[in-house]
Amino acid sequence: MTETNENEERVPRRVIGTPTTPASPLGEAPVATQAPPDPGVKAADEDGARRAERIVALLFTITFLAGIAFIVSYVYFQVGDIDKTATSNLALGTSLSVALLALAVGIVVWVRQIMPKYNLIQERHPMASSTADREYVSETFVQGANESGFVKRKMLRRTLLLAAAPLGLLPIILLRDLGPMPGVSLRHTVWKKGLRLTVEGTGQPIRASDFDSPGGILSVVPEGYEHDLNALAKATLILIKLRPQDIKAGTNLNWTHDGIIAYSKICTHVGCPAALYEQTTHHILCPCHQSTFDAADGAKVIFGPAARPLPQLPIAVDGEGFLVAQSDFDVPVGPSFWERGDAEAEAREKKAS
Amino acid sequence: MTLTETPKAIAGASTFVDDRLGAGPFLKRNLRKIFPDHWSFLLGEIALYSFILLLLTGTFLTFWFRPSMGDVVYNGSYAPLQGVEMSEAYASTLHISFDVRGGLLIRQMHHWAAIMFIAGMMAHALRVFFTGAYRKPREFNYLIGVILLTLALFEGLTGYSLPDDLLSGAGLRITEGVILSIPLVGTYIMTFLFGGEYPGDDIISRFYTIHILLIPGILLALITAHLILMWVQKHTQQAGPGRTEHNVVGAPFYPAFMAKAGAYTLFTFAVITLLATFAQINPIWLFGPYTPADISAGSQPDFYMGFLEGSLRLMPAWEINVWGHTLPMSVLIPALVPLGIVMTGLALYPFLEQWVTGDRREHHMADRPRNNPHRTAIGITAVTFYGLLWLLGANDEISANFKIPLYVTTIVGRFLIILGPVLAYWITYRICIGLQRRDGELLSHGVESGVIKRLPHGEYIEVHSPPAHDLAEHIRGARKAIPAIDAAPDADGIPPKTARGPLGKLRTMMSKTYASAVLPLEDGHGNGHHADGEHAAVGAGEQKELH
Repeated sequence: MTETNENEERVPRRVIGTPTTPASPLGEAPVATQAPPDPGVKAADEDGARRAERIVALLFTITFLAGIAFIVSYVYFQVGDIDKTATSNLALGTSLSVALLALAVGIVVWVRQIMPKYNLIQERHPMASSTADREYVSETFVQGANESGFVKRKMLRRTLLLAAAPLGLLPIILLRDLGPMPGVSLRHTVWKKGLRLTVEGTGQPIRASDFDSPGGILSVVPEGYEHDLNALAKATLILIKLRPQDIKAGTNLNWTHDGIIAYSKICTHVGCPAALYEQTTHHILCPCHQSTFDAADGAKVIFGPAARPLPQLPIAVDGEGFLVAQSDFDVPVGPSFWERGDAEAEAREKKAS
Repeated sequence: MTLTETPKAIAGASTFVDDRLGAGPFLKRNLRKIFPDHWSFLLGEIALYSFILLLLTGTFLTFWFRPSMGDVVYNGSYAPLQGVEMSEAYASTLHISFDVRGGLLIRQMHHWAAIMFIAGMMAHALRVFFTGAYRKPREFNYLIGVILLTLALFEGLTGYSLPDDLLSGAGLRITEGVILSIPLVGTYIMTFLFGGEYPGDDIISRFYTIHILLIPGILLALITAHLILMWVQKHTQQAGPGRTEHNVVGAPFYPAFMAKAGAYTLFTFAVITLLATFAQINPIWLFGPYTPADISAGSQPDFYMGFLEGSLRLMPAWEINVWGHTLPMSVLIPALVPLGIVMTGLALYPFLEQWVTGDRREHHMADRPRNNPHRTAIGITAVTFYGLLWLLGANDEISANFKIPLYVTTIVGRFLIILGPVLAYWITYRICIGLQRRDGELLSHGVESGVIKRLPHGEYIEVHSPPAHDLAEHIRGARKAIPAIDAAPDADGIPPKTARGPLGKLRTMMSKTYASAVLPLEDGHGNGHHADGEHAAVGAGEQKELH
């Protein structure tokens, strides 16, 4: 308000009959209404516009009411359980949708029925600058380069480049402590001799004699690591009970106990838990990318993108009859990585020697 | 009542601003800036407005979300998970969903807006590609667009990993597996990213920073640049009466386009709100907290990641072991190659096309896809390749819903991914040529009127009426010859430098093929491309009508 007053003081009062001073950058626009009609601007039909105004007003009023409804819904509908949340979500979402939609439709009717139809033409100009400008810039560039001495003074130029090189590296160096070196962490799991197998979820150790129905399957985690996600990401197992006659040559029988076989549950493709099991075919299927493994035959790959079998964990029973690991896996579990190499072949050689 | 001068309040305020900023010349040039009208020009706007909504809803979510993997026991109001141990990230997402009024709505709006954002960008990118709107002088803006699309994919990935539910964890696990497959540095990147072993305690807070600060910051800067360049270079326009390469025909920014853009923003918001209200998305409370030991069948990523999922599923097992090192090709190829082909191809296309056609002119008229058959065919080939991968990312759903054995979908997919694009190229090319011919017929013979006339000597003809003026102008204006490089040998029979050598010969050949796919447009008769019999009959009819 003070600004406007200030203006009036600064600008001399207009004598009636003289043109207005262009007081603002918006000041020219009104003249257009008196100017000869632009052929590109076709005014809307007045009757239609009057009808449209009523429709627009109705829509804007709906937005107003829906806005109020939103506030009322917010206050009235509490959240706290799934049903209440659903009701609140419905009330808030519907009122907000209606408010936005009515406003949007209202503006569209306004533009189409009340504003003129436009078919205006504007010239395009080539993006390139004029030759004179280009020459000027290029001359200035050369002049500046010479003035700065950057061209003439070799030592300055070279040491500046020298100075920049390590500075550019610093941000990358600083990232070093994001994590430890990988080392051999991908090669080992927490499984070790005597560590009990427990049922995922309940944490109960598994008595071999209780897991006795052929075709059975359990998801198994190492005892004491039920909540250690880093350990579970590598050590989770699927435990399968097969009839001895179903077991094929690929399975290492020394690592089983009474038809109970433990395989890594971590898919050798990209690490999803291979969680689906088809009893009749003994197929283990990873739901992510459908790598399929034959549980009866050392979990060899039957189908899909996985390139290697699921590693088998050597298991036995302890003095109390509970299933335990004989050792860690003899090969790295989970997805392949650059340093992995052909760990299966190495393990076979080791065993042979 | 009409205004005769600027109201005092506005005049005062604008003088205040203008005294300090000198905005007059800018407004003078731009208030009535002309924007051409066409529905296809609005696709990018969907993405823009979705992005604005993403910023708004995302900010709301950060007020309650805790990006921490620290263990808590859930005691919020969602009964089935009470007493369950979970990460703070998951617990706070449950809190937003069930204990904050409007929280679920905003969370679902955020997710739907993300999907709209990327879908809008894809549709916009296709429009730009197929109409040749990437051509000079718009290459920079086009490249910014390609970067935006790529960044948005990573933004999506980091976003849906944050709630730390079982589904988002499955996505993270796959990300880990893909990173591990990278030769030489994969294991290092993995342990650095996750702060040690997978999943560790850091990934959520790191992704959070990337998701709410780093990528959105870059996106915002690039979107601003994208809009400024669009504004400065002006929009392309469709061919039509009065439209040339040197003008823009349409409605002024103030007031019409401004109001339309406002309405369109509201429409975008409204559709996203409707989806968030009635179409449940990512019900994280049903999935439970993440554990690497579990997964649910039918796990699907958001749609824009589907093509990577599909390519991973399609790839046959292949792993190379040499000198004690492993190259997991069945992960590397599907994870990097399709994304690489599509994105690099998209980025390079304007420059390849320029190289092939030798065309260095500015272009401001939108091509009709039919009038550049090879470009259109290449685009549809890429779309087919992408689309098949995307579809096969849901092969388990296809298998379950259509009772097709699972492995059959994969095996058929492996063939389709090669055959489909090739077939698509050929079919698209033929359709384009066909449409060009139909345009030619429309111009030379007019539109079928449905009126049958019997001539005095007994012949029946159908009367054709000339096409509407604007339609004819549209067809004529958009049909332009594609230039080819000059490869004709000089007087001594020596071809120009550019056409020599194997690369030069390839370029000449491609240039010729590219250019020859536009049929010349001949008004009147004697168009040699028609089937003769049909042509004669129709032509005779029209001649009679003209007398």
